[in-house]
Amino acid sequence: MSEASRSPQDPATDAPRPLGAQIDVHDPRVVAAIDRYWRKNVAIMTVLLVVWATVGLGCGVLFADSLNAFRLGGFPLGFWFAQQGSIAVFVVLVFAYALLLNGLDRAHHRELERIESEATAPATTGPRAGGSGATR
Amino acid sequence: MNPETFWTYIFVGSSFALYLAIAWWSRVRDTKGFYVAGRGVPAAANGMATAADWMSAASFLSMAGLVATMGYSGGVYLMGWTGGYVLLALLLAPYLRKFGHFTVPDFVGDRYESVVARLVAVACAIFISFTYVAGQMRGVGLVFSTFLEIDVNLGVVIGMVIVCIYATLGGMKGITWTQVTQYWVLITAFLIPTIAISLQLTGNLLPQIGMGSELVGDAVPAADHGTSLLAKLDELHHELGFASYTDAFVGTWDRLNVFCTALALMVGTAGLPHVIVRFYTVRSVRAARWSAFWALFFISMLYLTAPATAAFARYYMIRSLDDKTAEELPDWFRKWESTKLIAWFDDGDGRLQYRGAADVTHEERNEVFHIGKLSAGEFDEIRRTHDDWLASDQTRGTDGRVRLRAAGVAGPDRDIIVLATPQMARLASWIIALVAAGGLAAALSTASGLLLVISSSVAHDFYFRLIDPEASEKQRLLVGRVVIAFAVVVAGWFGINPPAFVGEVVAFAFGLAAASFFPAIVLGIFSKRVGTVPAVTGMIAGVAFTATYIIGTVFAGMDRWCFGIGAQGIGTVGMLLNFAVTLGLAPLFPPPSAGVRDMIETIREPEGEGPAVDIDSTPEH
Repeated sequence: MSEASRSPQDPATDAPRPLGAQIDVHDPRVVAAIDRYWRKNVAIMTVLLVVWATVGLGCGVLFADSLNAFRLGGFPLGFWFAQQGSIAVFVVLVFAYALLLNGLDRAHHRELERIESEATAPATTGPRAGGSGATR
Repeated sequence: MNPETFWTYIFVGSSFALYLAIAWWSRVRDTKGFYVAGRGVPAAANGMATAADWMSAASFLSMAGLVATMGYSGGVYLMGWTGGYVLLALLLAPYLRKFGHFTVPDFVGDRYESVVARLVAVACAIFISFTYVAGQMRGVGLVFSTFLEIDVNLGVVIGMVIVCIYATLGGMKGITWTQVTQYWVLITAFLIPTIAISLQLTGNLLPQIGMGSELVGDAVPAADHGTSLLAKLDELHHELGFASYTDAFVGTWDRLNVFCTALALMVGTAGLPHVIVRFYTVRSVRAARWSAFWALFFISMLYLTAPATAAFARYYMIRSLDDKTAEELPDWFRKWESTKLIAWFDDGDGRLQYRGAADVTHEERNEVFHIGKLSAGEFDEIRRTHDDWLASDQTRGTDGRVRLRAAGVAGPDRDIIVLATPQMARLASWIIALVAAGGLAAALSTASGLLLVISSSVAHDFYFRLIDPEASEKQRLLVGRVVIAFAVVVAGWFGINPPAFVGEVVAFAFGLAAASFFPAIVLGIFSKRVGTVPAVTGMIAGVAFTATYIIGTVFAGMDRWCFGIGAQGIGTVGMLLNFAVTLGLAPLFPPPSAGVRDMIETIREPEGEGPAVDIDSTPEH
């Protein structure tokens, strides 16, 4: 059942077609690709977490009394950040994360596919066709 | 039967029937479906289920009340319970989905290759879940007793039976789809009254804008027309001796305490096992990320509205009570008076005075109280001697207000605010009934999710992984169901005999989650250097410190010796201690084994995730 659910036609999974052969983790190009992926991931995460801390704990808490001197419509600004603004920003942050990281995942997948097809190209059968993974 | 009770029976009855029908439709026969819904739940549906799971009776019933009472400082709950999702989405959810086992203790146990770590995690998961369930059952009792006019205990028993049927029958799959339904029930029940009140007070359709707008309309006294709602609240608060509504850092809520409490709630949210387990139920790592987004999106619907509900309720509360005579008092006050959650102890002038505790003069004039931690007998006795004192022109009996002030039960019980606000605004009786059904949906959805965590912790992490690894699928499922039934009974017992310290115990749950799971999981994913000994020592240090401090300050009268931080915020210090101990010891002990390092690599690498089994297509179903 597990093999069946991973076939490319299976609509139950939105994951891309899995790479046929096991990724060769000892291939230096694969190691480099994984390393790059991880560093980009950590960079995106760090930026988003800095925004999270600045808006939530900064504007909502630490500087709330100073920000209350300003007004946004009928709201004192610090109060608005604590009860409205920070929550809205949190939603946007998680949205941005899902968008950016899923994009990064796709780019990473394409890169691995390229490495794999280069590795199997000399064998003239081209990239594995049916997802059986038995070309080698 | 009055129309309110009639509509409540209709809404509560039909929603319960719907939940049971869904449980029957999605019943499961294998452990995978029982614990993680076969990992076949779409991201948006999983997000709704997570939202319902997360938004408990506390979010639905108590939070707006807390914000109404605390003003600015109430924001710690709003920020804490949503900000935690950012941590969860960025630091935990995708990696735990990739790891792909059943439970949080599973991850901790496998990553640190330690039975002790697994046991600490199981104990924390069970403690946190029970703490929470106790709170939910009180919510169920509150709704049943006030709206259906039946005995609180009978109400709790009905709730227990319903949860038990759909949790044992459907497991995670049944619970997931029931929670999707419950999300819609509870969010509709929360939004409709607030929108109606916003229109009534400010003429604005969006409560989020309404709470910052000027007061208009027939429901508002002419003197208040044209003033902005928040400015009016600040003015009334000042006049009546309450701490300012919008100013930051008033009273005991200084900058450090607000900061620590907000952070502890955020980190605690990210470490709560019943929320984390949700991310095992989605199809893929990508779906886990979208699922986290949908969850926060659906949660924010309620959390962005609650502060508006709070401000509107606060305004109504002051305007409809203060300086009124017995004849002028509104119906909702009379209705809730019978529950003793709000009570009036007159000083003899026949006019109700609702005052804050900004200074002694104001505090002594206050005439509004609630039963709080007093027993019904004590409360009635105070009432009798107070009436005697009034009738005898202060020659006999005692001034009840003095005794109630000493007991610390001034003001109305804040749990009634969400339930009473639609009545304050004189909304239609079907809307009021809808709120009752929503409160029940919130309590039951959270209770069922928690019961499943308790069941999986005992049956999977404890029985299967530690006692009998040979157990068959059938045996494990049986143990899981028996544990759920047992846990329901224990939870029901807490609902019928609620511990007087539910609030403090919930702070305890968050503190423990923050001080135990969060650092262990984050370091488990993001560090390949942290080995078994440092992580286990860190967890034990964090838990021991947090537990000692909370028990000491709340129950044993210990000073707040740690920079004056209260019980709710101390989880932040416990978490920092856990991180410090773990990272400090890590270089001195061997790194994890090669097998564990490979596992970490696999978790970080998005390719080659485990298959998402859709149980509907499995042969045995």
